[in-house]
Amino acid sequence: MTVIPDITDIPESRPEGPEPVIALDHIGKTYTSGSLAVEALRDVSLTIDQGEYVAIMGPSGSGKSTLMHILGCLDVPTKGRYRLAGEDVDDMTEDELADVRNRRIGFVFQQFNLLPSLNAWRNVELPLVYAGVPRHERRERAIAALGRVGLAQRVEHRPGELSGGQQQRVAVARALVTEPALILADEPTGNLDTTSSADVLSLMGELHDSGRTIVLITHEASVAAVAQRTVRILDGRITEDSARPMMQGRSTA
Amino acid sequence: MNWVDTFRAGVDAIITHRLRSGLTMLGILIGIAAVILTVGLGEGSQQQVSAEVQALGTNLLIISPGSSTSTTGVRGGFGSASTLTQTDAAALESPVVAPDIAAVAPTTSSSETLTAGSTNWTTSVVGTTPSWLSVRARTLAEGRFIDAADVSSDAGVTVLGATTATELFGSQNPIGQTVTVNGLPLTVVGVLVSTGSTGSSNNDDQAIVPITTASQRIIGGTSRIAVQDIYVEASSTDTLSAAYQEANAELLSLHSITTPTGADFTITSQASIVSTATSVDKTLTVLLAGIAAISLLVGGIGVMNIMLVSVTERIREIGLRKALGAKPRMIRRQFLVEASILGLAGGVLGAALGVIGAEVLPHLITNPIALSLPAMIGSIVVALAIGLVFGVYPASRAARLAPIDALRSE
Ligand SMILES: Nc1ncnc2c1ncn2[C@@H]1O[C@H](COP(=O)(O)OP(=O)(O)OP(=O)(O)O)[C@@H](O)[C@H]1O
Ligand SMILES: [Mg+2]
Repeated sequence: MTVIPDITDIPESRPEGPEPVIALDHIGKTYTSGSLAVEALRDVSLTIDQGEYVAIMGPSGSGKSTLMHILGCLDVPTKGRYRLAGEDVDDMTEDELADVRNRRIGFVFQQFNLLPSLNAWRNVELPLVYAGVPRHERRERAIAALGRVGLAQRVEHRPGELSGGQQQRVAVARALVTEPALILADEPTGNLDTTSSADVLSLMGELHDSGRTIVLITHEASVAAVAQRTVRILDGRITEDSARPMMQGRSTA
Repeated sequence: MNWVDTFRAGVDAIITHRLRSGLTMLGILIGIAAVILTVGLGEGSQQQVSAEVQALGTNLLIISPGSSTSTTGVRGGFGSASTLTQTDAAALESPVVAPDIAAVAPTTSSSETLTAGSTNWTTSVVGTTPSWLSVRARTLAEGRFIDAADVSSDAGVTVLGATTATELFGSQNPIGQTVTVNGLPLTVVGVLVSTGSTGSSNNDDQAIVPITTASQRIIGGTSRIAVQDIYVEASSTDTLSAAYQEANAELLSLHSITTPTGADFTITSQASIVSTATSVDKTLTVLLAGIAAISLLVGGIGVMNIMLVSVTERIREIGLRKALGAKPRMIRRQFLVEASILGLAGGVLGAALGVIGAEVLPHLITNPIALSLPAMIGSIVVALAIGLVFGVYPASRAARLAPIDALRSE
């Protein structure tokens, strides 16, 4: 049973144990466009351990996507330190960051972000292409991943020939094909109806059951309910970090 | 990501944006076809000119009276004493004096009226020796050429050019017929093959007679051994300059001239005629090729423009690829390969269009087009290089995009 650390602890003061997957230490992110500066994240400290299922909730514009981009090494914070599996992201070169995104992280986006010109299995194999996996193996693994999301019959279909729910399942297959330890999903059900949402969420649940760490962004309470832990943010600050009733831990107001 | 995958990604992208890729290729295609055709056109007319000049006789030197350097050196005209003589010609034939000279043909010529029955025709009567046939690289259509016996006996025989024969005898066989010049009857013993030449010095309109017959019995004049020109054939192309030196030295000593600048004759080589003729065409070719090269440059800028548009349009794709683990160099390579494929395809299609143009154009214009394989391969390589060079900037722009900026944009 995982013990959820007190979020007021700074990472350095944590008791000895396995490195957390994610350790954000007083992270700030300020966007400056012209003379206007937008503080999208302020003093965010957050630790997520191996195998956790965390929902991040908050109203529109509160900084959820900004947080996920930093977690996914797609963007860099303007303040603070981010350690991913114990390694300081700040010290990594652009190529190393690309490798981290490729091997350790699987992304699922609200807009699916599939390449329209490629069919389902060619979309799913993309991370394997950049990982340097040989072609025949890529096809096998991509088709197996599509099987896992229930799309074995749709491997040759292009995104335009699939429903929204099916497209998002292709995106989930793409996120899991490299067997990453961390899955980051930004409102994966935001564009889906209830049935498709349920499909995608049950896939997330399966991934969690197989030992992966999952961070899911949503503004729907019903979606957040599937997670073990909910982190609420407002105006770029963490306002609440709760464990589910069966988990130990505490929440801060 | 290996090269096969990169190449596949490039081909996929090009196929996805068919119309745009096609238009981009068109720019390069037209440029390459223009280069191949203009170079082919220049090359073709050069070959034509040198072939025409070569047809006058290979390894040929022409010795004319009069100095090319002296301002007072007026070429001897009709009736005036020429500085060249049959003695000069005979001396050049000596294998001891001029070992690199294969054959010598002195000529005299004058414009005379030939009469055959009721028909008459004014043409150039050329007195020469039997060597003339080989020195001028001519062949006989029928009959025989004048021989040594004709020369030593001032025989009344003549060999007619193709045009002259037709004018005097129409469709009749001229061999064995008689033509009269200044009251002197000449028997036609041969007819020359037509050279197809046109222009001021018509090689097909002349009557060849033994040089002795011309000087003793037709032209007359003050000096019966004077000649107008001496045609000299070197033993090979390589010995042409040696032959030139030998002829020059021998004539200077025969004419007792001590300073080369005081020479009373001029030696012209076939090579110099060819090079003058072709240099004009070369200038034109360079000019045309320059214009074609500019059109290639425009094609290259087209590639760059389209690639930049492509980068902007596919900014989300780039962001996604980066999110999935593409390194900057992989993105750069993908766009470079794409640009190179556009260049290469444009080059190959342009070369194909050039070949088709080279087949079709000569039917519309009279100029021949000579396509050369190295020029075609060269221009395809150039097209590839253009794609590559003009792809560098767009590709590095794509590679530098921050993944998040690329993903966020709509
Ligand atoms: N590139 C940017 N430049 C300037 N401001 C930005 C940029 N990206 C985000 N912001 C601002 O940062 C704040 C947080 O944005 P973010 O996208 O993280 O919100 P969100 O919580 O994901 O909202 P939503 O639920 O609508 O997706 C917003 O005020 C937004 O306007
Ligand atoms: Mg968002």
